[in-house]
Amino acid sequence: MGIAVLLKQVPDTTAKIGISGGRVDESSITKWSISPYDEYALENAIKLKESGYGDVVAITCGPARAAKCLTEAAAVGADRLIHILTESSLDSIQVQSLLSAAVKEAECDVVMCGKQAADTNSGSTGPGLASSLGFSCVGGVTGVSMDGGVASATRLGLSGLEEVEVGVPCVFTFDKGDSELRRPNVRGIMMAKKKPIDALTPEDLGVDESNSRVSITSHSSPPEKQPGQKFVGSESVPEVVNKLREEANVI
Amino acid sequence: MRTTVISESSNGALHPVTAQLVGAASSLGGPITVICPGGVGSSDVSHISGVTKVISVEGACFETYDCLAWSTSLSPLVEGDLILSSSSAIGRELISSIAAAKGIPVVQDVISLKDGFSVTRTIYSGKAIEEVVISSPCAISLRANSFESAEEGGNAETTTIDVNQEVSVAVKQALARASERLDVSEAEIIISGGRGMGSPANFSHLYEVADVLGAAVGASRAAVDTWDEIPHSMQVGQTGKTVTPNLYIAVGISGAIQHLAGMRSSKFILAINKDPEAPIFGVADYGIVSTWEDALPVLKDHLAELLSN
Ligand SMILES: Cc1cc2nc3c(=O)[nH]c(=O)nc-3n(C[C@H](O)[C@H](O)[C@H](O)COP(=O)(O)OP(=O)(O)OC[C@H]3O[C@@H](n4cnc5c(N)ncnc54)[C@H](O)[C@@H]3O)c2cc1C
Ligand SMILES: Nc1ncnc2c1ncn2[C@@H]1O[C@H](COP(=O)(O)O)[C@@H](O)[C@H]1O
Repeated sequence: MGIAVLLKQVPDTTAKIGISGGRVDESSITKWSISPYDEYALENAIKLKESGYGDVVAITCGPARAAKCLTEAAAVGADRLIHILTESSLDSIQVQSLLSAAVKEAECDVVMCGKQAADTNSGSTGPGLASSLGFSCVGGVTGVSMDGGVASATRLGLSGLEEVEVGVPCVFTFDKGDSELRRPNVRGIMMAKKKPIDALTPEDLGVDESNSRVSITSHSSPPEKQPGQKFVGSESVPEVVNKLREEANVI
Repeated sequence: MRTTVISESSNGALHPVTAQLVGAASSLGGPITVICPGGVGSSDVSHISGVTKVISVEGACFETYDCLAWSTSLSPLVEGDLILSSSSAIGRELISSIAAAKGIPVVQDVISLKDGFSVTRTIYSGKAIEEVVISSPCAISLRANSFESAEEGGNAETTTIDVNQEVSVAVKQALARASERLDVSEAEIIISGGRGMGSPANFSHLYEVADVLGAAVGASRAAVDTWDEIPHSMQVGQTGKTVTPNLYIAVGISGAIQHLAGMRSSKFILAINKDPEAPIFGVADYGIVSTWEDALPVLKDHLAELLSN
């Protein structure tokens, strides 16, 4: 069985976000990247493949520009690339329906994704997908290894860092761990350019992309912060402590 | 209008955010059912004003955390137009899983909530604010410290339901105990250290101030990545935790955009940094240009004095 890794393309964390006409102006975003936690999912999916588990199927859902995530994944070892092409703004149910259809089509019994995507910071997709596929779900993991049909994962549990065991099929959502992310070599990059991408539409997967139940009414910039007060030297500390109580009311 | 709230617990006790969830639900009107996974804090919940009914869900599956087992146990009990949870890690997972089981949309980490499910949340790590309208029924997780708590004084009826749900995630071994200290995601005051602290041993100075204030200690990614002694669970920022305490004290932290992403919506920010040009001063309400070596001992002494009388 295969390992599906879900990659979402998001504005690079350093990108400036411009707003015009009450909407985020995507054309002002100069750099798009794989969402940071998804990179850990990808790294661990490739490690699992190297341990002999199965092929890595990289899946992204998004507009044409998102294909870049897939090529980057291929350059470090993803075997099959699936692009669900959509320009629409989708709700959680639609995203999960599309991704679960792709996971089924690719016959994967292990799904690895980020614990949250860096654009909406939601954290809905992994557990939602698991619930709709009937897969187990282990969230916030930093590593996964497989022995027979049983996976061991490290996660932050109720009482601290713990090692858990879970059978497949299972969805793992990744946190940042100690894994060193591999960088592609020249050969990987050349091969990836030639790797075909399976493009699917929501229609192909039987999902209606027009009926989102979440509609965006506006985007705005966060309120500008009043310039703060600056003090110099540790001799100012007593005054600041008093202000924390008298002016700010926080202690 | 009918709301089901999933209560939040931490270390085996009710988490104060639960009263905020009830407060938010009350502002919309209608009966409020609160479901307590594992029964934790159910008697405290029954005393929150505005709660109509408490369902204490008990069973062996709640001894460890298994998202699917928990959500499968809770889903049949969830009803109404709106499901609310906290946007903690477990709150988000549970509500996503329940929403998917019910086929309803979920929107996470909401900071304001109005009738007709018009909600506000931050996107792109706080670089923009998004308003969305969600059709009913739906599931929403709320950010801690963004809503008024409901008062004490309720007396809701409690029903206990025993579930016998099979668990598929087995805990094999504890690798490191959770620190006895307050977690940054739960604290009203946080003091965080960065690479400027010089060594992990110097974090003891932060703990001393934290002890005076009842604060949690956090860290920048540079501190977490450089020093093994500083665990990732302390990291604040884009790839760490998003926090919204009343007071955030940043010490020896430059204020990189990815750090700001996790703490810029704190109510009040105090920065201590020796470099007057450090970007952290751009978001700080009060900035002290000083080394921590000079500033922290004075800070600790003055706080101790102020708080003792
Ligand atoms: C994808 C991505 C995700 C990231 N996620 C995060 C994240 O979640 N959280 C995060 O924090 N970072 C994150 N980063 C890293 C971020 O870009 C910065 O590198 C990091 O925040 C810097 O940490 P720092 O401020 O402690 O260190 P530095 O930038 O090295 O700053 C140290 C500061 O200490 C001051 N200083 C030095 N000595 C003293 C002294 N004696 N007294 C007082 N001040 C002193 C210096 O003036 C300086 O301002 C991320 C980066 C990337 C690319
Ligand atoms: N459109 C998408 N395409 C591919 N993967 C996605 C998509 N949306 C979410 N994911 C995956 O689900 C994780 C959590 O996303 P979210 O629920 O949006 O925070 C991401 O880190 C991705 O791994």
